[in-house]
Amino acid sequence: MAETTSTRLTAAHVLEYPYRRSVGPVLGAFFTGLTERRLVGVRARDGRVLVPPVEYDPESGEAIGEMVEVGPGGVVTTWAWVEKPRPKHPLDRPFAWALVRLDGAGSAMLHAVDAGSAAGMRTGMRVRPRWKAEPEGNIHDIVCFEPEARGTDPETP
Amino acid sequence: MSEITSITTPIRLDYTYTAGHATQRFLLGMAEGRILGQRCPECAKVYVPPRGACPKCGVPTTDEVEVTGKGTVTTFCIVRIPSDVLSVPPPFTCAHVLLDGADLPFFALIQECEFDKVRMGMRVEAVWAPKAELAATFESIRYFRPIAEPDAPYESYKEHL
Ligand SMILES: [Zn+2]
Repeated sequence: MAETTSTRLTAAHVLEYPYRRSVGPVLGAFFTGLTERRLVGVRARDGRVLVPPVEYDPESGEAIGEMVEVGPGGVVTTWAWVEKPRPKHPLDRPFAWALVRLDGAGSAMLHAVDAGSAAGMRTGMRVRPRWKAEPEGNIHDIVCFEPEARGTDPETP
Repeated sequence: MSEITSITTPIRLDYTYTAGHATQRFLLGMAEGRILGQRCPECAKVYVPPRGACPKCGVPTTDEVEVTGKGTVTTFCIVRIPSDVLSVPPPFTCAHVLLDGADLPFFALIQECEFDKVRMGMRVEAVWAPKAELAATFESIRYFRPIAEPDAPYESYKEHL
């Protein structure tokens, strides 16, 4: 009868929404490109190529849709090191979240960089995508980015 | 591969729910086949299941009260959409059951009754899991079923709708 202080009832409680969203023609082109290991962006009115593509010009709000192939290599513009990856992170070992500006793009895209250690990361470093064996048409088709071979950085001799 | 027109973007949050003192008392009661609530020392309302405090008076509810499994249907709804969570095939009826002596209706499944015969004021009782299957869970009460008593008058539960 008396409440035992040693008892502490707990239970797993999962809240889950298995959403499926339609992507439309512009993002659809990006995801379709991934299935072919191609990276595509959209040309904004000022000439910049935005990757991932957006449906409306960020300045004027006009509908845009001229698709432009970019990359596959790119440059890290900023990054944050993750020493202890969490269960749903893309890599199960320490990695960096980074903004990667793909060659030909005017905006940077968030993705993971597998550089081994924080010492292997540098703003301005060149990276290239590591593709999944069988792309499915989602952002995980890029497993992560990885440093390009040594000496390809524009800033290293 | 063909053109991609949609993607899945699942959202999942994994919680560990901790019952806390009051709900824990209630759940441990469930494991014994008992329904335990708490009474507010100020307004005397009885909360089943208890949450440890009276939402009206803002004071801790310290007095434990045991109620029986008999009660009155205050409101109900007929469910016609199947669910992965409930094993009962639709259509079925869920109801708010005001247990005798309690001031907070209890959300429950009604069975052993045609789904469209459930009505406000209907008298029902809890049907418990077999003793060996009683556990610290709401599911120890399998469902409520009608009992041979005249319907409760509207005035007796109108404050609890
Ligand atoms: Zn009160």
